[in-house]
Amino acid sequence: MPGAIYAEGLVKTFGDVRALDGVDLDVPEGTVLGLLGPNGAGKTTAVRCLTTLLRPDSGKAVVAGIDVLRQPNEVRRSIGLSGQFAAVDEYLTGRENLHMVGQLYQMKSKVAKARAAELLDQFHLSDAADRPTKTYSGGMRRRLDLAAALVVSPPVMFMDEPTTGLDPRNRQELWEVIKQLVAGGTTLLLTTQYLEEADHLAHDIAVVDHGRVIARGTSDQLKARTGGERVEVVVHERHHMGTASEVLAGFGKGATTVEQHTRKLTVPVTGGAKLLAEVIRELDARGIEIDDIGLRRPTLDDVFISLTGHAAEVRDEENGSADDAGREQEKETAK
Amino acid sequence: MSAATDAVPATAPGNRIAQSLRDSLVIARRNLIRMTRIPEMVLFGVIQPVMFVVLFTYVFGGSIKVGSTTDSGVYKDFLMAGIFAQTVTFATAGSAAGIADDMQKGLVDRFRSLPMARGAVLTGRTVADLVQTAITLLVLAIVALIVGWRTGSADPTNAARILTGFALLLLLGYAFTWIGALIGLSVRTPEAATSGGIIWLFPVTFISNAFVDPTQMTPWLRHVAEWNPFSATVQACRELFGNPGVVQSDAWPMQHPVWASLLWSVLIIAVFRTLAVRKYRSAAT
Repeated sequence: MPGAIYAEGLVKTFGDVRALDGVDLDVPEGTVLGLLGPNGAGKTTAVRCLTTLLRPDSGKAVVAGIDVLRQPNEVRRSIGLSGQFAAVDEYLTGRENLHMVGQLYQMKSKVAKARAAELLDQFHLSDAADRPTKTYSGGMRRRLDLAAALVVSPPVMFMDEPTTGLDPRNRQELWEVIKQLVAGGTTLLLTTQYLEEADHLAHDIAVVDHGRVIARGTSDQLKARTGGERVEVVVHERHHMGTASEVLAGFGKGATTVEQHTRKLTVPVTGGAKLLAEVIRELDARGIEIDDIGLRRPTLDDVFISLTGHAAEVRDEENGSADDAGREQEKETAK
Repeated sequence: MSAATDAVPATAPGNRIAQSLRDSLVIARRNLIRMTRIPEMVLFGVIQPVMFVVLFTYVFGGSIKVGSTTDSGVYKDFLMAGIFAQTVTFATAGSAAGIADDMQKGLVDRFRSLPMARGAVLTGRTVADLVQTAITLLVLAIVALIVGWRTGSADPTNAARILTGFALLLLLGYAFTWIGALIGLSVRTPEAATSGGIIWLFPVTFISNAFVDPTQMTPWLRHVAEWNPFSATVQACRELFGNPGVVQSDAWPMQHPVWASLLWSVLIIAVFRTLAVRKYRSAAT
């Protein structure tokens, strides 16, 4: 039986650009799929196709057991969408926004009002409920946007880069909210540029590049493929590089990479900060002066380099098409 | 999870119209709330036509020939139907900018992901704009009375005829906001929508019978003016208000201006509503 979100061979082109080039997805009920990829990879286009906002050129999509292409309006009853743009009316108050969305989900006015109050309370927005959302902070607006997506407690949720542009504290807060939501049984598809976020929230991760899913698995599986943590050392004197390389070889779980011109040595390790401290002590004991040292965890870039052999570059803006590259860049400059 | 299915009963085909009306009202209410939060927008919308009334009355009055006279009092009575009609068409820019703004802010995406009637976002907007147009028109009529405009100054009239005139004006304004809706969906920014919603209105409202008598134009321009949809409403209002300057012409819209005005407005709504709703359904910001 297909999952709560199911896609097969989704293709969407904008002019010459194949924003989606045959995407397959299958998200079992009650789980979270993180769609990970750089700007312009096709994440937003995939979400827009699955949420009835965009019609794919070909392929099949089923959400909550309903065919997205044949019965889009039935799908809309069963999904909540929270985008990277906090899509709330800035001149309406938080309460008015939620009331309106509830009514447009075809709730009776009274029911929608009660639900709005409930959500405002749940998202700690009660104090600001009767202020126009123009006065809200970025984090508050995101929370309201998320609340708007949850008005009918939809069984399937889509979140397009829910924490992009948020400061770390607000990001943490939003993560907590999302975790509670998932604990309640909601199926979630989440797009993100941050491996850490996918790591934190998603059961499974699908890495997307140039409109294709190029890898999928749990976060641990992906990290293992990427090579895990590394220690990076920059030595002060060029002639110390040989000794430093020996030291690192003693701790490393693989070959040491040496960059002569930057005097940088990199070695894959396991053991985290504790191991880093040992490396520092050992280097010190050997009298090697270091300019810089650090423990590097795999980043999205690392995953990308290891999976695709190229860095996670941002694609050129796509001819003013509806794809995410243009939208994301636009938003960045707007902020 | 059954919450969604409990909260959202399936819509029977018979309920479609009811749902469409209800959703449109929800959106109209939202846009009206916005207006109360940005009162300066409403204010500027009123000030501009008031300025036009004053400028045209005192600058052009006395030099423009209506019928066989250049009497400034006659021009004043002639002018008002033109200014009223021009004012209602300028609501186009507001609709265009408002919808472009909703597109840019991602609100249209939110609405399109909701199980709501497809045309409601646009209908709600145009209805709210109609309310604003009505307010503007009311203020304008009062200002016109203050500067000396009088109904029945050339031919007898009555309250029913005057109200019919205003109803035709509002219908024309409503029709034009649908053109604005299509413009708003077609441009990238609210700024572009504002100018895109207004520039073409200058030729439309000036190559007409609004400010000068078309019988004084060169023949081809006169034909354009007489068949201009906008002219029909102006002519109808002059006739209904009993004001001077009703164009004597063989052109059908000038001979049956009330019907012509009604037909043009209904036609504009039918065409542009269809185009705008289709555009909205496929809208991809």
